[in-house]
Amino acid sequence: MTVTQLGMPKVFHGTGNIAAEESFTSFAGRELKNEQLRANLGFATHTIRDKRAKVVGELPDWELLRTAGSEIKQDVMARLPELLEQFEKNFTERGGKVHWARDADEANQIALDIIREQQAEEVIKIKSMATQETGLNEYLEENGVSAVETDLAEEIVQLGEDKPSHILVPAIHRNRSEIRDIFLKKMPHIDKDISDNPAELAEASRHHLREKFFRNKVAISGANFGVADSGTLSIVESEGNGRMCLTLPDTLISFMGIEKLVPTFQDLEVFLQLLPRSSTGERMNPYTSMWSGVTPGDGPQNLHVILMDNGRTAALADQVGRQALHCIRCSACMNVCPVYERAGGHAYGSVYPGPIGAILSPLLTGVEAEENNSLPYASSLCGACYEACPVKINIPDVLVHLRGKDVDAKHGKGEEGNKRQAPDQMDAIMGGAKAMFSNSTLLSIAERGLPAGGLAAGRDHKISWLPGLIGGWTKYRDIPEPPKQAFRHWWKKNKKNGPKQRAASDRVDVDALIAKNSGLAEELHRRHAGEAQEEREEAQEQAAELKKEQRREPDMVRREEDLLKGQDDSSNGTTGEGTSSQEGND
Amino acid sequence: MRIALFSTCIVDAMYPRVARATVDILERLGHEVVFPPGQTCCSQMHVNSGYFDDAYSIVKNHVDAFSDWDYDVAVAPSASCVVSLGHQQPMIARHAGDEGTAIAAEDVAGRTFELSKLLIDVLGITDAAEQLGSYFPHKVTFHSSCHGMRIMQLGTRQSDLVRTVEGLEFEELPDLDQCCGFGGTFSFKNADTSGAMTADKVKNIESTGAEMCTGGDVSCLMNIGGALSRKGSDVTTLHFAEILASTKDNPLEVSGPVALTTTTGGK
Ligand code: SF4
Repeated sequence: MTVTQLGMPKVFHGTGNIAAEESFTSFAGRELKNEQLRANLGFATHTIRDKRAKVVGELPDWELLRTAGSEIKQDVMARLPELLEQFEKNFTERGGKVHWARDADEANQIALDIIREQQAEEVIKIKSMATQETGLNEYLEENGVSAVETDLAEEIVQLGEDKPSHILVPAIHRNRSEIRDIFLKKMPHIDKDISDNPAELAEASRHHLREKFFRNKVAISGANFGVADSGTLSIVESEGNGRMCLTLPDTLISFMGIEKLVPTFQDLEVFLQLLPRSSTGERMNPYTSMWSGVTPGDGPQNLHVILMDNGRTAALADQVGRQALHCIRCSACMNVCPVYERAGGHAYGSVYPGPIGAILSPLLTGVEAEENNSLPYASSLCGACYEACPVKINIPDVLVHLRGKDVDAKHGKGEEGNKRQAPDQMDAIMGGAKAMFSNSTLLSIAERGLPAGGLAAGRDHKISWLPGLIGGWTKYRDIPEPPKQAFRHWWKKNKKNGPKQRAASDRVDVDALIAKNSGLAEELHRRHAGEAQEEREEAQEQAAELKKEQRREPDMVRREEDLLKGQDDSSNGTTGEGTSSQEGND
Repeated sequence: MRIALFSTCIVDAMYPRVARATVDILERLGHEVVFPPGQTCCSQMHVNSGYFDDAYSIVKNHVDAFSDWDYDVAVAPSASCVVSLGHQQPMIARHAGDEGTAIAAEDVAGRTFELSKLLIDVLGITDAAEQLGSYFPHKVTFHSSCHGMRIMQLGTRQSDLVRTVEGLEFEELPDLDQCCGFGGTFSFKNADTSGAMTADKVKNIESTGAEMCTGGDVSCLMNIGGALSRKGSDVTTLHFAEILASTKDNPLEVSGPVALTTTTGGK
């Protein structure tokens, strides 16, 4: 299955902050040595994970909602050109201006031109994955415009001259005293005696930002959804900073990936149920803003949207991979991912970390982009991401598919211009295994060598195909003692197969048996469910104890959660705990 | 009933005792077991590593080996390999443009069951002590493999059967739904991340105080067992088929730190 076919226009891959500069493997190897980071991430992801599981469990129709979300997005991908034109027409008719950007540079350039028209030297921003993808802040900085992040966590990252490590909780790797130091250094009018109390820090941030909200004339946002049949854009958030940015300034520029469309206003019903529960584990997010064009005298009068491709068309052309474009950036997949939990977000290189990043980044850049070809391997294929994903993106299947494309690329197949690389160790192992697994006679001969102790040496070519017989395996594990005899040889010696074929009358009606026993598994499950539940609770308590012991400084990891709680409680009076900042903005 | 055994490559070569235990259980129930001799591997290792072209000839080999024989159902003591038959083999055949093999693969996969599913859903076993005479007087915990749990939706079938073994003391494993870190070639391609996952799994296992950890996929058990052994732990791993095969007359012998051997020859 090649993406490019002869006679087709060239596929445009994405540019910007979506390419890793180092392989996942080596980056993760380094991050794993940071015990504090690991403990912090473990605690934070487990907390959000549990909250999500609780609120998702409340909805009896959760699986139906997921199916609906997935099907609406499939429909969008099938009709994308048509829906984009419909959106453009409606957005324009209601007084907005639509811009089309092929890649990150074009999108940034368009935004800069609009900002220059307004003669602004500073703009305020709502947290947005799309502008992180294009590297807008750095681009504007280089061109003399400063972009102020107004989402608390994003502000911490920006003031700390740092990189986000999670799409929802970008400062997951910072603690409160660090935040205090950053604020002291970067906020000119701050009270020098400020403590690291979350409420005080939130208050300082609020004062700092309020002034920016009133002063600035240009705001930049992403968009969670764009509605084709009304030309509406929508932002879903927790802190209220988004609402300020969307209503106060006169000029509003929204970056939106072309995949963010939904066909009708009614479709939002599905996603507004799926997103907050998957994202922050809240039943409903505090702020949902929607704007459909210009309303004279109310809100921004100069309205722009930049529709961004940046590799999305290339992803769309990939029949298996295109489902990655269904993503609503809820971050559930990274919160449940055992690999993300250990390696952390920075190891993925791109602004999109975790399981979705492992497929989306290489799809946007092309898996042939050397930096990103380690990402599809950054998974044990355990499937926790697929299970959690509110729009049912089968991430493990796409990972395997991309591994196939990567191997093809290395073998000189796939996209035009791929060069055959010299065979590596993996090729040798797979080639040898293929020979044996395609022919039981060869395998049988190889297995005769098992008891010869070849295994212990681990260098015996005859058995080098066994899973894990190489390098990394023995770094953390022993290899079990080999058996005296392979099963097939035991069978041949001790047992006999009956004849290949039988009389038809000997055949058993298996379907009838299955029908007869239907419900047995459930009955058996119920019989043990009570004791299992009790044991499970006990076991989980033990696990929690264990984790507590592992956490050297438990206070550190609550920092951001506390901080945001402080902000929520005092600024907008919501009672929900704000563990997050912006919800899945793109 | 005639049951074709798909031993899986790793059981065939490294854990023959698991295949022997499987044969033993099925014969005890009065069924005829055949071992189609052409079989090798389900192709999962190649597929999951991206070697689709190499996987194709392995898929063809499996489909040929199992289409050739007349049997009522096939069984494998591994959820992961059974999932690969239905989920990956047709995809690989289609990738190679071979629709005929894809359809034949779907047919073989449709008749191949994971062991606990065969025992409960087809053969109606719900009490191992009573119906199989299973006896295993040890403290055991259970690891639920990802592919059985998430792709095959096995639910608690395997552990429920283990709970019905006479003399067995069952200990629930904390963080049961967490991957053990194996992931095939992931375990050496991303060895550090994989090792960190396995280390956490091992800690949880040790916290239960169980003598052994059982499960339904020897690949995960080899990973976990290897890490336990490296740590110098006394806890060992074994497949649940071995526990079910153990009886009062013919008990499973615990011999040495990693290896356990069945003494059953099957009757
Ligand atoms: S891929 Fe991940 S971030 Fe995207 S919708 Fe699914 S779970 Fe959420």
